[in-house]
Amino acid sequence: MSDSARSAAADPSGPVPTGPRPRRRVSRGNVMLYGTLIVIAVYYLLPLYVMVVTSLKGMPEIRVGNIFAPPVEVTFEPWVKAWGEACTGLNCDGLSRGFWNSVSILVPSVVLSIAVSSISGYALTAWRFRGSETFFTILIFGAFIPYQVMLYPLVILLRELGLYGSLWGLVLVHTIFGMPILTLLFRNYFATVPKELIKAARVDGAEFWTIFLKILAPMSLPIFVVAVILQVTGIWNDFLFGVVFTRPETYPMTVQLNNIVNSVQGVKEYNVNMAATILTGLVPLTVYFVSGKLFVRGIAAGAVKG
Amino acid sequence: MDETGRPRRPLRNLSAKLAMLPMILTALVVFVGGTLWTVVHSFTDSKLLPRLDWAGLEQYDRLWSSDRWLVSIENLVIYGVLSLVFSFLIGFVLAALLDQKIRFEDTFRTIFLYPFALSFIVTGLVWQWLLNPDFGIQSVLRDWGWDVTVDPLYDPGIVIYGVLVAGLWQGTGFVMCLMLAGLRGIDEDIWKAARVDGIPKWKTYLFVVLPMMRPVMVTALVIVTAGIVKLYDLIVAQTGGGPGIASEVPAKYVYDFMFRAQNLGQGFAASTMMLVTVAIILIPWAYLEFGGKRR
Repeated sequence: MSDSARSAAADPSGPVPTGPRPRRRVSRGNVMLYGTLIVIAVYYLLPLYVMVVTSLKGMPEIRVGNIFAPPVEVTFEPWVKAWGEACTGLNCDGLSRGFWNSVSILVPSVVLSIAVSSISGYALTAWRFRGSETFFTILIFGAFIPYQVMLYPLVILLRELGLYGSLWGLVLVHTIFGMPILTLLFRNYFATVPKELIKAARVDGAEFWTIFLKILAPMSLPIFVVAVILQVTGIWNDFLFGVVFTRPETYPMTVQLNNIVNSVQGVKEYNVNMAATILTGLVPLTVYFVSGKLFVRGIAAGAVKG
Repeated sequence: MDETGRPRRPLRNLSAKLAMLPMILTALVVFVGGTLWTVVHSFTDSKLLPRLDWAGLEQYDRLWSSDRWLVSIENLVIYGVLSLVFSFLIGFVLAALLDQKIRFEDTFRTIFLYPFALSFIVTGLVWQWLLNPDFGIQSVLRDWGWDVTVDPLYDPGIVIYGVLVAGLWQGTGFVMCLMLAGLRGIDEDIWKAARVDGIPKWKTYLFVVLPMMRPVMVTALVIVTAGIVKLYDLIVAQTGGGPGIASEVPAKYVYDFMFRAQNLGQGFAASTMMLVTVAIILIPWAYLEFGGKRR
């Protein structure tokens, strides 16, 4: 039904549609289609819903009620407690510390990794030299090496540099492991820019940095946004590097969240746990819902062959 | 623009070469160097500190006779195979459903993909709560009068399936997105031709469109598989490897031996085995993709 409508629209030589616009009818097929989609959508939304309602209930209500029931008495106390009072070991200053740690890891990591990778991608497209593609191929294959293989050498490397356990050590690690995907992303994007543009600039005497900063970067803002989205969600969600390369005082939010929820001491406060879980998921979720299609473009970037 | 044809002048384009230095260092020092370092040290008897005392295959002998490692491998195989099968199956079906020129396509896509934006830690903790035997789904079903047992996280026999459910919830949206991109890349004329020939829609999907999506499928397969081998955070958050050692996975084995048990040699050997696993998947793919034709 809609197939023929589309093919007629796609084919300009086809007959021009006349008469009233065909009305959408509710057919059995459509009911099935939307029914299935809605059921699946409910399944996907359920965990988020349960997280939210659990975090708004008091513990007595959780003990007697069922997890899908909306809160009878809404309380924000679990949120306050998760943010400011939840305990990991002896520290009882809540997730807020992890949040600020994550922020101070995130900002320099995103800036540095995008700066380094975009310049590499630019050099790879416009200033190739003998062997540059080989290094790039190694870099891409490196993206598939399990991180576990490179963890200990990196620990040694950072220790030698005096960065092990510090914030900058972790920033460096994120820059390194963000490089394959980001370089690929930028290289593929810059490859679509007409070569004549860069050639002309070089003829006019513009050199490496001028071309990048004055010409290429300003016209490539969308891809920088995609890279920021990719890195913000990726780095915020990281757990392994956080746990290996930082100390308890500088643990990122994911690590601290896990320590709070999975700590064996004390009575389990499921409402506080769920509030803490949402708080940790809030940053990437916000980025996701705000960015929409750009997020999709970011994750699909890895799938586009270079 | 390509300099390869001209005589070599090392100082030519110095700033370009300097700008590429971080990438070159990452590729050579971290990726190649780090990997070789770990592989070499997996043949030593390093304990607390890495040492170059040759021990042959001793670490590997110990690894493959460790129950915990065998359980880890078994879990990874079960999780890996099932998560590939189901994420591709569900991902493709969802993509096909979204491709029916439906209304609210963006809304549905947003809903199916949002778990992918969440970390494995968040995913694991939510599903730990949902599968909590006292308050979670099991308790709700029992309140409704169904005497069922939905308690995977505390049952060593099926714990990995509990993790699988969470992993699928998080990851199928990603596969769906890739598949949808693949479907959108199919020529309209294919659909027209199939309609003219009177081939039912599902048959067109299965026998015409699916084979045409081979490139997307292969890339998705490689990316998803590489992700599966790294499975770690989800286990840590959802089960902690328990009950007992029932949900251990290789990546956790590596971390625990390297950074907790101070038994570096075991960690190196185990991580080398992970590398071998990835290589077994990656090398045939690279051969197929890049071997035949010049890039």
